[in-house]
Amino acid sequence: MPAPVLKTVDLSRTVIIGPETRPILQNISFAVQPGEVLAITGPSGAGKSTLLRLLNRLDEPSSGDVLVHGTSFRSLSPRELRRRLGMVMQRAFLFPGTVYGNVRYGPAQHGVPFSNRDADALLEQVGMAGYGDRDALTLSGGEAQRISIARTLANQPEVLLLDEPTSALDPDAKQAVELLLARVVRERQVACAWVTHDYAQARRVADRILRIEAGAVTALGTPAAVLLEQE
Amino acid sequence: MLRLLFHTQLSLGIAQAGFVGATALIVAMLSWRRGARAGAEIPLALVRGLAQILLIGSILALLMRGPWWTAIPLLLVMIFIAATIVRQRVPRLPGAYTLSLWCMSAGAGGVILVMAAAGIIDTRIAMLVPVGSMIIAQNMNIQSLFLNRLLAELESHRGEIESALALGAQPEAAVAPYLQAAFHASLIPATDNLRSLGIVWIPGIMTGMLLSGASPIYAALYQFVILAMIFTAGGLSCLTATRLAPSRVFTRFQQLRTGL
Ligand SMILES: Nc1ncnc2c1ncn2[C@@H]1O[C@H](COP(=O)(O)OP(=O)(O)O)[C@@H](O)[C@H]1O
Ligand SMILES: [Mg+2]
Repeated sequence: MPAPVLKTVDLSRTVIIGPETRPILQNISFAVQPGEVLAITGPSGAGKSTLLRLLNRLDEPSSGDVLVHGTSFRSLSPRELRRRLGMVMQRAFLFPGTVYGNVRYGPAQHGVPFSNRDADALLEQVGMAGYGDRDALTLSGGEAQRISIARTLANQPEVLLLDEPTSALDPDAKQAVELLLARVVRERQVACAWVTHDYAQARRVADRILRIEAGAVTALGTPAAVLLEQE
Repeated sequence: MLRLLFHTQLSLGIAQAGFVGATALIVAMLSWRRGARAGAEIPLALVRGLAQILLIGSILALLMRGPWWTAIPLLLVMIFIAATIVRQRVPRLPGAYTLSLWCMSAGAGGVILVMAAAGIIDTRIAMLVPVGSMIIAQNMNIQSLFLNRLLAELESHRGEIESALALGAQPEAAVAPYLQAAFHASLIPATDNLRSLGIVWIPGIMTGMLLSGASPIYAALYQFVILAMIFTAGGLSCLTATRLAPSRVFTRFQQLRTGL
């Protein structure tokens, strides 16, 4: 078995709201292999988004560890961690300007040369060939999400963190983006943590499923095992 | 009317203040009866304003014959107080007080110092204190506008900012467009004052200079000088804020703070 690209050990987050400390996530441990999709499911408010945000440190874990190829996140700079763990959110949040400008953004932040030709190759992969000079803010939801995927891939991440990447899309775009993401994971052999509240989608894309309820893991295993227990 | 009844300057001033104070109170009472909640605050604000300006008047009367440098502690105190007022506008921004203190020291403080040294602001107390206070007061408004607008921009563009962070952007780069927007918005009033100078707005100091016998052309030129200084001070303080604000809105692990 190959070494996990991404591993968490007892990852927890509590927040202080007024006089109370409230646990949002408690002792989450899992590992994801290269080319593997781990679907993260659970009811709304369970802590799925928070979990992804702990992985690339948009939120701060209270305790526990995130290991990237065995290296603790605490010994990486947040920027380096975030370059290696690419994230796609529910909404695209494209930056004003052209599609090229968006795709180039990540490499530009790290001083990595990135030509329009490199961008064209990525746009081709996400089914958006020829869109480079378009105004990013005039794209449809599905188009924008494809651009945000290209923008994330431009950083050459080893891990993809997907936070309900298809849930804001109409049914046609949803299916196309789902297929695109599954193909990207396979072709690039990235480790993928894919949050979805759609069990049918989890069954289609996941190698394993992690179920979270009220901030704690309630199931971790193959889709057949986890979803069978569910029903 | 009043001039016929009161012959000394002091008694005339008291009578004038009493008369306008009474009319303001009548308006306050009318608006209070119409249900405007602000009506209740007006008498207090009137008394407070009167007391403060009388205090400054008395201090000026005491200092008038003193050496010019006695203006320095007075202006410094004004900057400190202005910073507490700015902080009240952005109560949840960590370190807002020291931030605005630095920014207004660089802006209003820097401009007053340089312009006084260059002989553009008269260093006689009677000029230095009122002109300096005008620059500080306007700088305070600009600073409040800047921080207020910045926090609103950050809250409404959280998605874009966190997307930029998630791509490995430096925090400064992730918020650069919003710093720029706040900078622009905060200087709109000062810019509009310059544009409308003399047409929509003939500010108080010109009246004062005319009353004390300065030539109208010089009074007009000096009016422009003051507005330009207010603009410069505001610009400098916002430039400083642009450099200092990012470290206050992010954690040390480059996370955008919540509930700003
Ligand atoms: N910064 C925060 N402060 C307080 N509560 C938070 C914070 N972030 C998230 N939460 C709470 O944590 C819980 C999990 O949220 P989230 O991770 O968004 O859930 P999910 O993505 O599974 O719907 C929710 O109850 C949410 O209100
Ligand atoms: Mg969520």
